[in-house]
Amino acid sequence: MNRILVGIKRVVDFSVRVRVKPDGSGVVTDGVKMSINPFDEIALEEALRIKERGLADEIIAVSIGPAEAQQQLRTALAMGADRAVLVQVGEPLEPLALAHVLLELVQQHQPQLVILGKQAIDDDNGQTGQMLAALWDRPQATFASKLELDGAHARVTREVDAGLETVEVDLPAVVTTDLRLNEPRYVKLPDIMKAKRKPLDVTTLAALGVTLPAASTCTLKVEPPPVRARGVRVASAAELLTALEQRGVL
Amino acid sequence: MSAMPVSAILIIAEHAQGRLNASTAKCVRCAQAIERAAIDIAVLAADVGAIAAQAAQLEGIRRVVTIERPENAEALAAVLAPQIVALAPQYTHVLGPSTTFGKDLMPRVAALLGVSQISDIMAVESERRFRRPIYANNAVATVEASGHIVVATVRTASFQPAAAAAKAAPIEPATLSVALPAHTRFVSRSQVSVDRPDLQTAARVVSGGRALASAENFQILYHLADALGAAVGASRAAVDAGYVPNDLQVGQTGKIIAPELYIALGISGAIQHLTGIKDARTIVAINKDGEAPIFEVADIGLVGDLFQIVPELEALIRARTKGSGAKA
Repeated sequence: MNRILVGIKRVVDFSVRVRVKPDGSGVVTDGVKMSINPFDEIALEEALRIKERGLADEIIAVSIGPAEAQQQLRTALAMGADRAVLVQVGEPLEPLALAHVLLELVQQHQPQLVILGKQAIDDDNGQTGQMLAALWDRPQATFASKLELDGAHARVTREVDAGLETVEVDLPAVVTTDLRLNEPRYVKLPDIMKAKRKPLDVTTLAALGVTLPAASTCTLKVEPPPVRARGVRVASAAELLTALEQRGVL
Repeated sequence: MSAMPVSAILIIAEHAQGRLNASTAKCVRCAQAIERAAIDIAVLAADVGAIAAQAAQLEGIRRVVTIERPENAEALAAVLAPQIVALAPQYTHVLGPSTTFGKDLMPRVAALLGVSQISDIMAVESERRFRRPIYANNAVATVEASGHIVVATVRTASFQPAAAAAKAAPIEPATLSVALPAHTRFVSRSQVSVDRPDLQTAARVVSGGRALASAENFQILYHLADALGAAVGASRAAVDAGYVPNDLQVGQTGKIIAPELYIALGISGAIQHLTGIKDARTIVAINKDGEAPIFEVADIGLVGDLFQIVPELEALIRARTKGSGAKA
């Protein structure tokens, strides 16, 4: 069985202007729209396209998070994932712990490919895929903008600062997605109905038998970012030039 | 002796074509914010010579450690990580830049060392306490590392490069017997934008958005950039529309930059874009929509038709440069 494992994280929707809680403990999430992390949606879309090309048999969407993440997994099932697994945890886990949980799922399901988002748009950590690849002792191809499968290998074009880089990796491997890998499909109503009948298993760390590493980072406080001083308006190119000269930037 | 080092910091050098990337000097500046630290730079390359010599010229460096192997010709995380892990036991911190190089490599290093990483350090509070942006820079978290070693990436836009040293630091080759994987192979690289200053390090950046409306219209932006000696950037909308290549994207998922001058042309200013420019010293916005969010962060705003204003501005700048004899 040729499987693809896709990571799905429940995050504050990208269009929400987040507000920091007055006590500095985090950002306000009550009553805020939650969605699949956009990069994870791209990961799932890529897996679906691979399956549609006949290069995979089964797509498993996995999430590690609160009970409510079942909503995002249902959306993943409606998009076309075959089944879903939620590893329910009370508190958010740090990236290394997430990688340990994913490794356990990888060992259970033996996928050919794990596709994850390059970062989650909430904590912006950008670590989990690389960490899974390290613990699994397998290749990583991060920031993918093109993914081609060829039997035992994947050829991945990566978006790097200097342009594009192509690497070839042996499978199984971990790929993390960049924005331009694909454009995720919209979910259609009949698919939402169909998704209700697809299997969604909810499990726990204990049931999986994962022992987490000791936490190595701790968030002490969260604050709003510094605000820039109010700027000036000018009315013409000539006034703009004068304003630039006054600020000493020309 | 009060100068006795408490922290020992290893910085992983980023380089390409035999040249040290400016991100390395910024990591050094970040490391210097940690009190009583001895700072080493590791250069992993197929030919370390010129790169190590450049690294040794950075102020505040104790030594440059080199690992020269043919497998290090390309920066493949799976190949580099085990070598860095072999160097790590002598250090309290391992730092890399928060560029695509460091973002790819450092989490792999951290996982092999059994710790989570501190991503995107924007400020150092103490040797284990740092500030970092979250939610596309709409919040700032203060985080503490409690593991046996600190592995972190440095947000290059938050730090100036370290100065040049009066005297070069010693360069010491390290010989490690580390088995390297063959499962990841470099195939090719296509460099898209090479004829203008580098977007990530340029002092001036002119950036265009969807309002440019075509790749051809970006010409007026290129002319202004050339008059200013500026690099060219773009919003995600302009990149997605195919007006410019991907590597010009500025924002949460593109490049985070901190130029002296950032000129945004026809960019509305989605939060994901603003996060990429918040550290610019002066932000100029030219947009026909006076309500566009870009004006909330702009130091100088000009509401109007960019197709008229930009050529005017270019002409004024060229006239000024010619008149004063100064270099623009």
